[in-house]
Amino acid sequence: MKQFLLCPDVLDPQQLAQKLSSDRAGAFVSFEGRVRNRNNHRVVQRLEYQAYAALAEIEGARILMEASEKFAIEHACCAHRVGTLAIGDIAVWVGVSSAHRDAAFACCRYIIDEVKLRVPIWKNEHYADGESGWLHPDNTPVDPG
Amino acid sequence: MKYTLRYFASLADQAGCAEETWETALSEPRALYAELRARHGFTLDASRLRVAVNGEFADWHLALADGDEIVFLPPVSGG
Repeated sequence: MKQFLLCPDVLDPQQLAQKLSSDRAGAFVSFEGRVRNRNNHRVVQRLEYQAYAALAEIEGARILMEASEKFAIEHACCAHRVGTLAIGDIAVWVGVSSAHRDAAFACCRYIIDEVKLRVPIWKNEHYADGESGWLHPDNTPVDPG
Repeated sequence: MKYTLRYFASLADQAGCAEETWETALSEPRALYAELRARHGFTLDASRLRVAVNGEFADWHLALADGDEIVFLPPVSGG
């Protein structure tokens, strides 16, 4: 199973979660990152995600490999959208199954944090006033003003 | 040397393209970025970027080869 996915289409959490089922797993934890309607006090209308696909898939797979070594889990998966997203859409989905809940929570947190830090994907916010801007990891603009 | 350069996010906007072929005598990513910055007016300092060569993260002082694909990566903002 490919564990890190870049997806041009709407993410389906149920379908993604099915891949992680295991008779040994007593716990399943998932995280959904969704497009919100405001950032830095500006009204956001939509987002665009751009990825350097070849390297994003390598780095994403690397993070999931690290995660499975660090935590006692059964399966993990992360799917990230590319293209244009509307408010409320799922931008990123992480799911982890494990025997016990502690490992699933910790591993899920690890994966989303590392993906946001390391995977070459960029967010361009389009604002209600017609402007748009690329963001840094802390959600501040690349070129303020 | 002839390189293929790919641009993403703010660098693509400032270069006005997503990809270009670049001929130069330079053979180190750090010097190459300085040359491209002067050409395209990139606002990001090299200290804010990472560099990838042929689809893998690379060192700023790597010796580039003719035909390499080079990408300067702005700070990422996925998730």
